[in-house]
Amino acid sequence: MLKIDNIEIPGLAPISFELAAGECLGVSGESGCGKTRLLRAIADMDAIEGSVCIDDLCQQDVSGADWRKRVALLPAESQWWFDTVAPHFPVGTSSYSALGFSEEVKHWSVSRCSSGEKQRLSILRLLANKPRVLLLDEPTANLDAENSRKVEALIAEYLEENDAVAIWVSHNQSQLERVASKRYFDFSENGMVSLGSGGAAI
Amino acid sequence: MNTLISLSAYDLMLASLLVLALAGLGARMNLGISQQLIIAALRTTAQLLLIGLVLKQIFETAQLPLIILMMTVMLVVAAWEILSRQKRKIKGWWGFGISIFSLFVSSFLITLVALLLIIKTDPWYTPQYAIPLLGMLLGNTMNGIALGMDRLIQTAWQQRAIIEQRLMLGQTAMEAIREIRHESMRAGMIPIINAMAAAGIVSLPGMMTGQILSGTEPVEAVKYQILIMFLITAGTGFGVIAVLHLISKRLFDARDRLRFDQLLAEKNNE
Repeated sequence: MLKIDNIEIPGLAPISFELAAGECLGVSGESGCGKTRLLRAIADMDAIEGSVCIDDLCQQDVSGADWRKRVALLPAESQWWFDTVAPHFPVGTSSYSALGFSEEVKHWSVSRCSSGEKQRLSILRLLANKPRVLLLDEPTANLDAENSRKVEALIAEYLEENDAVAIWVSHNQSQLERVASKRYFDFSENGMVSLGSGGAAI
Repeated sequence: MNTLISLSAYDLMLASLLVLALAGLGARMNLGISQQLIIAALRTTAQLLLIGLVLKQIFETAQLPLIILMMTVMLVVAAWEILSRQKRKIKGWWGFGISIFSLFVSSFLITLVALLLIIKTDPWYTPQYAIPLLGMLLGNTMNGIALGMDRLIQTAWQQRAIIEQRLMLGQTAMEAIREIRHESMRAGMIPIINAMAAAGIVSLPGMMTGQILSGTEPVEAVKYQILIMFLITAGTGFGVIAVLHLISKRLFDARDRLRFDQLLAEKNNE
């Protein structure tokens, strides 16, 4: 479903891969090795060589904003610009309970949320747009084990229900083994290296 | 009461003693302002005397090409002044072009409208009206434009992570900086809105005061002042809208990506 063809990121060999609906690609590597740049390139946040397509729809076929509605990037640190939580979500969002929040969370003041709460809310905000491709940059970095598992379960469920795909960046090897369904990449000096395919092979 | 009392060079020297006294006191108290003060006072004397002579010449001959040249020089200097007030600038000629264009909208066009449709001078370029009018519009709208421009670029720079986050959530460039644009529009318009609100109560606007001093009926002077206030307000508003629109466009590329790298020169160190 997601087809990456020869994306060029400075300092790395051209990157190509494909993901089928429901698949999750795990990515790990030293900080500064290009993981975030890869995600930004796929989300069309940086100008790149190469092509990125979802089925028959490629980046250049739609406007930047329309592309990013389909290809959602979750940055390592979420940003909030209104005082309370609700205005950051599409009108009528009601799925706050998915990560253990009550409806009350709508009226919470963002400045009083903990980093973990913000991270969970930013994941809900990301999913509220119903994207086909999730690009997750350390989505559970600020979460405890229990909440990390909840996020993992939520993402797995989302991918299955929406025929979506995910690229999951994490430093946590055991988490990647759990979530990366088909393939698993590691960035080394030479670029992206496949370490195995199929969860069992890792 | 109907004739202006002419000032002699001696009168001005008396006034300059006040500035000199201030500079002397500043030097004694080590306030570090005296030198700047003296230089600025000398500059204002030289510049105004010069412009007085130029205006005398232009008023006497009233030749259109000369008037246009004068107006163009004023416009270019104002555009340059706007840019020099920016902490971060749009790279290259774009910054200058954007300033010139928005000043053109805010001052040139508005002056033209005032001359042709409101005051109906004959000929329309009568320099006694055209040049002071343009000068007042440039001087005042320049402030609003510089403030709005600076606020937009500075806030966008400070909030670049937020802008990118909003883009990542599928917002268009214009949606992602909507609040910043609102705030910048406000920043540009507040001075003139305040000036209108305070006019006549807290302050007597300069042009009206000048006309009264030179013997004009107060009510006539007031009518001109109201006209000028409206022209400045409209000019500032249109000028700020133009500058915000053009700069917003330059902050993003065709794919709605934030592109500070292409657009902003290094921060100017004082």
